Amino acid sequence: MAGARGGGCPAGRNDFQWCFSQVKGAIDEDVAEADIISTVEFNYSGDLLATGDKGGRVVIFQREQENKSRPHSRGEYNVYSTFQSHEPEFDYLKSLEIEEKINKIRWLPQQNAAHFLLSTNDKTIKLWKISERDKRAEGYNLKDEDGRLRDPFRITALRVPILKPMDLMVEASPRRIFANAHTYHINSISVNSDHETYLSADDLRINLWHLEITDRSFNIVDIKPANMEELTEVITAAEFHPHQCNVFVYSSSKGTIRLCDMRSSALCDRHSKFFEEPEDPSSRSFFSEIISSISDVKFSHSGRYMMSRDYLSVKVWDLNMESRPLETHQVHEYLRSKLCSLYENDCIFDKFECCWNGSDSAIMTGSYNNFFRMFDRDTRRDVTLEASRESSKPRASLKPRKVCTGGKRKKDEISVDSLDFNKKILHTAWHPADSVIAVAATNNLYIFQGKIN
Amino acid sequence: MFTRGLKRKCVGHEEDMEGALAGLKTVSSYSLQRQSLLDMSLVKLQLCHMLVEPNLCRSVLIANTVRQIQEEMTQDGTWRSVTPQEAGRAPLDRLVSTEILCRSAWEQEGARPAPGLGDGHVQGPVSDLCPVTSAQAPRHPQSGIWELDSPREDRGGFHKSLDQIFETLETKNPGCMEELFSDVDSPYYDLDTVLTGMVGGARPGPCEGLEGLAPATPGPSSSCKSDLGELDHVVEILVET
Repeated sequence: MAGARGGGCPAGRNDFQWCFSQVKGAIDEDVAEADIISTVEFNYSGDLLATGDKGGRVVIFQREQENKSRPHSRGEYNVYSTFQSHEPEFDYLKSLEIEEKINKIRWLPQQNAAHFLLSTNDKTIKLWKISERDKRAEGYNLKDEDGRLRDPFRITALRVPILKPMDLMVEASPRRIFANAHTYHINSISVNSDHETYLSADDLRINLWHLEITDRSFNIVDIKPANMEELTEVITAAEFHPHQCNVFVYSSSKGTIRLCDMRSSALCDRHSKFFEEPEDPSSRSFFSEIISSISDVKFSHSGRYMMSRDYLSVKVWDLNMESRPLETHQVHEYLRSKLCSLYENDCIFDKFECCWNGSDSAIMTGSYNNFFRMFDRDTRRDVTLEASRESSKPRASLKPRKVCTGGKRKKDEISVDSLDFNKKILHTAWHPADSVIAVAATNNLYIFQGKIN
Repeated sequence: MFTRGLKRKCVGHEEDMEGALAGLKTVSSYSLQRQSLLDMSLVKLQLCHMLVEPNLCRSVLIANTVRQIQEEMTQDGTWRSVTPQEAGRAPLDRLVSTEILCRSAWEQEGARPAPGLGDGHVQGPVSDLCPVTSAQAPRHPQSGIWELDSPREDRGGFHKSLDQIFETLETKNPGCMEELFSDVDSPYYDLDTVLTGMVGGARPGPCEGLEGLAPATPGPSSSCKSDLGELDHVVEILVET
């Protein structure tokens, strides 16, 4: 595979190109609400790629092994397993529907032949085991030909069954159901580096679970005010540190990130570190708070940095510096003058996610019009690409896109007013090691691979 | 986009300066923009009552925006004139809390459809203005945006413009709850509402600055007596049947 190891520097090298690899999902214009992808996640090795949708289904793709006889299908992802993770529920006590939409999927590190993942909707987290069966035991002499069990006294010979190969069957079974611990909507789950515990966060609380224990969870953060009338801030995302099992962070709707150490106290209401960039008074508006609300927070693989996504930018923070971010990357600054319209059509509340590449040298996040953005931290270069059917010819390289902010629109540029705000890329994922990215565009999943020409 | 019948507030002094410098036109257009943003936000808060499960983050952000506008308008003096006896109060006291904002917006919308449609609100502690316990919850979708436990009444044809709601907030003296709903059909108090309210017990002391706003539910302790009167009346009817 020609992709550079370490995840690739998308904008850094002149000879590096992102190319279309595959697209999954229906083509027709009529998009069924249930088919809208709501989460995308590679597993630790990158061989499996899971998606969750609004209909509560999980689809897992597996990467094909490189095959010399079929060189063009190398590294392709094909459906491995599909199952219904969550069903719609009705909370009779509150007269509320509980959506089956999968908010997040997180893989557990692989410990044996089976794969495990956590999937969650607004209220319930489930641990799923995905296992393969490719052998069947045959040769029992315990039943008659018509299937009835034979009387044990009539069995006179001992026959050991033989394992015979069968068509591969992938089974998904729910092993644990973690329910009834969240009053508000779950927005994040994060597996701890101890591989035994995980956290789940809703708008006002964060709970710590043990993977084996479903009837108990520990509340580690609670920002619910005694008087709900005083509520002005909610939790928007949370994640465990990749290496320090006692450290986690959570972000808020006011643009702050708190780092907490579970060793300091049972209830981590006091943060160990507080990350907030002071507001620029010259750009203050009525929308300042809304656009500062953090929609996603992700630690780097190294654990030295973390990244936060707010409405217009992505910020990289050094965990040792709380006063301001190390880097700020503008995603779509041209939207700043359109905030009122975006408030009117509710787009200003869209929650974009962000992700790191394997080597932490690049970051990626989505935008509108099926555009997504990549920033190379080393070379400081960035690129805008589009996930569209038009640029979906096999192995065709993606052409960088440009939004025209004013004045004369050059050829191939698109003006801000022509952007389709219904085509939003909220969920993207980057292979942990290779130059492979997965981009969810409404109901389609695009897979792009990086190549060096 | 805007609810019909919404008046656009026109700040008095603008008209005086109309003939003056052109630069002042930007001041008035800013006020109009700000007003339209406020109106839009209040409509959005109303809409979230109609959703099955409103997004709490979105609701909090919108409510914070409304509060910001309100703060600024208070400082400008465009948020209704401050009456002398209230002049000494800090601006914050005059601000409507998040919960009340959403409740006001709900009141403006009028009678709710039958339970089961679901307003979709989250569980929370009972606020000072909603002394009803969770025993009420299974019966009625709640009124406040955060609160599950507050009961609702069938308002019949009750409609009130946003302007009137805010007017009431500013000018009413504590205890003048009756006037807020004076033009409303006599409220229908569900027996459960009244009974549960009595059982749950009213919280003492309404919030600062919120006295002028009557809750849609049996109010704080000051209104207990009138509620008890209602209760007697209702029990009387029951006994007679």
